[in-house]
Amino acid sequence: MATKEKSLAHEEPVTPAPEHHHATNTGLSNEKLAMWAFLGSECLLFGALISTYFLYRGRSLSGPTTEDIYDIPYTSVSSFVLLMSSLTMVLALAAIQRGDYRRLRVWLLATALLGASFIAGQVYEFTSFIREGLTIKTNLFGSSFFVLTGFHGVHVTLGIVMLLSLWNLSLRGSLTQERSEVVEIAGLYWHFVDVVWIVIFTVVYLIPT
Amino acid sequence: MTQPTLEGVDHPAQDQEAQVEHGAHPTEAKYVKVALVLALLTAVEVGLFYTNFSEAATNAALIGLAAIKFVMVVAYFMHLKFDNKLLRRLFITGFVLASFVYVGYLLTLGVFLP
Repeated sequence: MATKEKSLAHEEPVTPAPEHHHATNTGLSNEKLAMWAFLGSECLLFGALISTYFLYRGRSLSGPTTEDIYDIPYTSVSSFVLLMSSLTMVLALAAIQRGDYRRLRVWLLATALLGASFIAGQVYEFTSFIREGLTIKTNLFGSSFFVLTGFHGVHVTLGIVMLLSLWNLSLRGSLTQERSEVVEIAGLYWHFVDVVWIVIFTVVYLIPT
Repeated sequence: MTQPTLEGVDHPAQDQEAQVEHGAHPTEAKYVKVALVLALLTAVEVGLFYTNFSEAATNAALIGLAAIKFVMVVAYFMHLKFDNKLLRRLFITGFVLASFVYVGYLLTLGVFLP
């Protein structure tokens, strides 16, 4: 028995690294756990909106439809911009984890700018659709399209606010390497928004009615 | 009343799991490679949109490509591949639940029927 205890004492320590260990029942950060639970519930929210779009597509009796108004090359560029913002976000996380605060701010700002470009593109797209006679009240397609993409746009906008808040905290020196998890959690939200757009881009824009 | 903490309390199984499941994150070069693959897959998706293959085949390919992109972002950028099992289960539960509920709902309403 004593020999066994001695041999265990020489094995690798089972306590995780300080930055990964949390004094909780799960050994995980409650904030991170809460964000993942929130994202799981967001699957249900966007699932409902995407299902409603599926239910209503091709059933409009009047007004413009997908074939009349979609500009696929334009939306493809927007999708590419949002996809690349996920790269800059993950590079921001890598920067703070190694204590490179200057690059953290550069990547956070780049992510916010790419997100803002996506939103500007969406505002332009909505405006052009309205000019062509498609509003939220025109037909079933208009209602489900604007609600789905509008909800996604609101999520992206909230993400931009989060990113700019982090950038401001970093400028004031409040965002240190020890608090890198804050950036990781904001990043989870941002990547989720990107993942939702991957689905929307395919099922709403690319798959014909 | 004092706040209960884990300090001084042994939870070897949980600690071990937390350590084992919280692996190292990928390198920056890996992130760039993943982003390039995602960009390439997006280009293929857009290309498929303009092809004249059968609608069923195109739709299946588009859904497949979107699924690959989805998994790549969640696994690498959100680190779910390297993180704790519990986090993975939380997200997958929400995703699978949403998929079953809404696909069932749409099937009930005959959305996928010709």
